[in-house]
Amino acid sequence: MRIYIELGIYLTKRLSVLDSDLCVGCASCMLACTRRFAEVGYGKSAIHVRSAGGMEKGFIVVVCRACLEPPCAKVCPEDALVPRKGGGVILKPEKCIACGYCVEACPFGAIFWDEEVNKPIICVYCGYCANYCPYNVIALEEVR
Amino acid sequence: MYEPKPFSKVLYIDLNRRTSWVEERDDLVEEWLGGIGLGIQLLKEESMTSVDPLSPENSIILAVGPFNATYPLGSKTVALFKSPLTGNLGESYAGGRSSVSIKLAGYMAIVIRGASETPIYLAIHEDRVHFRDASALWGMTSSFTVGRVIAEREPSAGYRSILRIGPAGEKLVRYASVMVESFRHFGRLGLGAVFGSKKLKAIVISGRKALKVEDKVAYKKVYDEIFEKAVRSGLMKKYHELGTTMNVLPLNELGALPTMNLKSGRFEQAENISGEEMASKVLGRRIACSGCPVACIHLAALREPYPHEPFFYKTVFISYDYELAYALGSMLGIGKREGFLKLLHFVESAGLDAISTGVCFAWATEALEKGLISERETLLRLKWGDYESYIKAVKMIVEQPNEFYKELALGVRNASKHFGGEEFALSFGGNEMPGYHTGPAAYLGFLVGGRHSHLDNAGYSLDQKIRELPPPEELVEKLIKEESWRMVLNSLVICLFARGIYDAETVSEALDPLGIPVPPEELHRLGRDIYKQRYSLKIQMGFDPTELKPPGRILEVPTPHGTLEEEYFERGLKHFSNILRDWDII
Ligand code: SF4
Ligand code: SF4
Repeated sequence: MRIYIELGIYLTKRLSVLDSDLCVGCASCMLACTRRFAEVGYGKSAIHVRSAGGMEKGFIVVVCRACLEPPCAKVCPEDALVPRKGGGVILKPEKCIACGYCVEACPFGAIFWDEEVNKPIICVYCGYCANYCPYNVIALEEVR
Repeated sequence: MYEPKPFSKVLYIDLNRRTSWVEERDDLVEEWLGGIGLGIQLLKEESMTSVDPLSPENSIILAVGPFNATYPLGSKTVALFKSPLTGNLGESYAGGRSSVSIKLAGYMAIVIRGASETPIYLAIHEDRVHFRDASALWGMTSSFTVGRVIAEREPSAGYRSILRIGPAGEKLVRYASVMVESFRHFGRLGLGAVFGSKKLKAIVISGRKALKVEDKVAYKKVYDEIFEKAVRSGLMKKYHELGTTMNVLPLNELGALPTMNLKSGRFEQAENISGEEMASKVLGRRIACSGCPVACIHLAALREPYPHEPFFYKTVFISYDYELAYALGSMLGIGKREGFLKLLHFVESAGLDAISTGVCFAWATEALEKGLISERETLLRLKWGDYESYIKAVKMIVEQPNEFYKELALGVRNASKHFGGEEFALSFGGNEMPGYHTGPAAYLGFLVGGRHSHLDNAGYSLDQKIRELPPPEELVEKLIKEESWRMVLNSLVICLFARGIYDAETVSEALDPLGIPVPPEELHRLGRDIYKQRYSLKIQMGFDPTELKPPGRILEVPTPHGTLEEEYFERGLKHFSNILRDWDII
C-alpha cells in the first residue's frame, strides 16, 4: 500500500464477497460496520446478511459493488452521491435531501438508511467489516 | 452512560386486551444487570407463585442483557415462566437471532401477560407491536413451515427473530419447546405449552437500532480483545469443527453415555452418532447465532428418496447436538444415523423438547419390556433401536389418543407415578435428565440446580476434573459456587460456551465502557444474590428441596466414579438444605 502511494499510483478499493457459501450468518460484519463509530448494533451498517430463504439454504451477503456507473448517483437529484474514480460513490451529506431515491435505485439493495440522521448509509470501502469475518467470506480488494 | 434509557426498556404485552406499553426500569437494570437477574425481579412482580402454569395468569418474561449485540458471543435470551412440566420455576435459554433482535428493537425485556381467545402471533418491529391473526397457522403439522410462512409475510429479514411453537405446544404437551430460527430452541421445561395455553403461535421481533456506549475508545478496544480471544482460543476448533457431538465418543469411552434408559453407560453403536462420523458423513452446513463468530450449529443434510418417484430426492437439514445424540440416539438404542436424524426431524417439527421426549420414550420402552404396560397402552411396539416406531410415537404424544399418551405428555415423573417404574424414570425435580452419567457431581447438580439442567452448574464437567471424590458437602458447595457465577453470565446474557473467555476481570472490563462500573468482586457478590433471589422464588413456587431424591437407576449402573451411594446423595442434599436454611430461604 505504502509503496503505491509513494509511487503516486492510486488504487481504488472495494469490498468484495469472495464466497458466500462460507458464510455462517454470524452478523459479525454487520455489527462491525456500526462499530466503526463505536456504536452497538446495525443502525449504521452498510453491509447486510440474511438467509437465502431459510438458513439451511445459506446466506446472502449484500455489499456495495462499487459500480463503475453507479445507478444511485444517476438518480440523486442533488448530486449528493459523487462517483468515485475506479467505481463506487462518495456521499456529500450536506447536499443530501433524504429523498431516498438512491435506496430504490440500487439493484443490490446495498444502500441502507440511517434513521438517526435521516440520510443513506453508503459503504466507504474501509474494510473494517472484513477484519471481523471469521470465515473469509468478504475482503477488501483493489480495483484495477 | 450506556444510554440507560433504551437499555432499561421493558415492553409489556397484554394478550387479553391486545395492548402493549413500555416501562423504563432503570431501578431494576442498575441493580440486576439484565438477563436472569432482571428476569427474576420481573417475574416476582408478576406475583404468580401459586398460579396454574397453563392459565392466563402465567406470565412469560424474555430478557436480554448488557452484552447482547455488544460483545462476541453475547447471543442468548433467557425465558422465564412457570413451568407446566415441573410446576415450578421455568427457565430456558435460546440463541439464534433472538437476543440481538430484542436488544436492537430497543428492549431489555418483554413481559407477556394474559391469553388470547383465538390464535394469534405477535409481530414486534421496534416500537410497533402488532397482534396478528394466526388461526390459519394453528394446527399446522410442522413448526418449520410456520416459520417459513411468517418469514415470507413479515419484513426485516436478517434483522429479526422468529419464535414459534409446533403442534405439541398447541396440544399442551408439558415439554413442548419454542423453536427459534428453525435450529435453536427454548427447549426445556415446557415454554411451548405456555405459548399454546395463551394461543400464542409465534413471536417475530426485529430491530436494527444503533446504541451508544459511554467510552467509545475503550469499547472498541475491549471488543477487539474479546473477539481475538474467541477466534484464537480452542473454542473455535472445539465447537466449530465437530460441535457438541464431539462428546459422544469420550463419554462413551468413560461409560458415561446413558444408553437404553441408562441400563448401561456405553452404547455399542456410539461411533455412528459421534461428531467425527456425523461431520464426515452428513454435515451439510454450519451456522451461527447472531454475534457469535464460533458457529457451532451443525446441520446434517439428510437426503431422502421420494417413495413414488424414482431418482428423486429431497434434502432436509437437521441440526444435531450432543444432547440429541444422547436423547434420541443412545438412550433409545438408535445407532442408525439416518434413523436418528429422521426421528430428530419429527421431534423438531412437532415442537417437542428432544431431551424430555427421548427420556419419556426410553422409560416407556423399558416399562413395556418389564410388562408394567402393554401394547394396549403404547399402541406401538416400542423397541430399542426401532426408530420407525418412535417416529409414530411422536405423533401419539402430540395427539394423545389414549390415557397412556395423555399421561406421558405430562412428563416421565407423572407417567411413572401412574404406571409404575419410578425407579427407572429418569427425572430430576420433574425435569427429564440430560445425558451425563459422569458421576455424583452431575447428578447432585441436576438435583440442586435451579432448572434441574446440566447447564445450571456443570456437574458433568466437575466430575471429569475430580480424581478423588470429595465429601458430598464440599461437592455441593462447589456446585453452588459455579451456579452463582453462571447467574452473572446469564445476566449478560452470553453463550455459556464462552464462559472460559468471560472471567470476572474480563466481564468487569467489558461492562466499564458501557457505563456500568462493577468491580470483579462485586460481580461475584451479585451472582450469589441472584442465586438466592432465584432460589427463594423457586421455594415460593412450592419447591421443596428436602424432597429431592435421585432415581434408583442411577445408583445401579457404575459411573466413571464407580457405583454411586445413596448415602452420599443424602448427605449432599442435607447440606444443601442447610445452606438454604442458613440463608433464610427455607
Ligand atoms: S467496507 Fe466499511 S463501510 Fe463498507 S460495509 Fe464494510 S465496514 Fe461498512
Ligand atoms: S462475518 Fe462473515 S461469516 Fe459472519 S455473517 Fe458476515 S460474511 Fe457471514
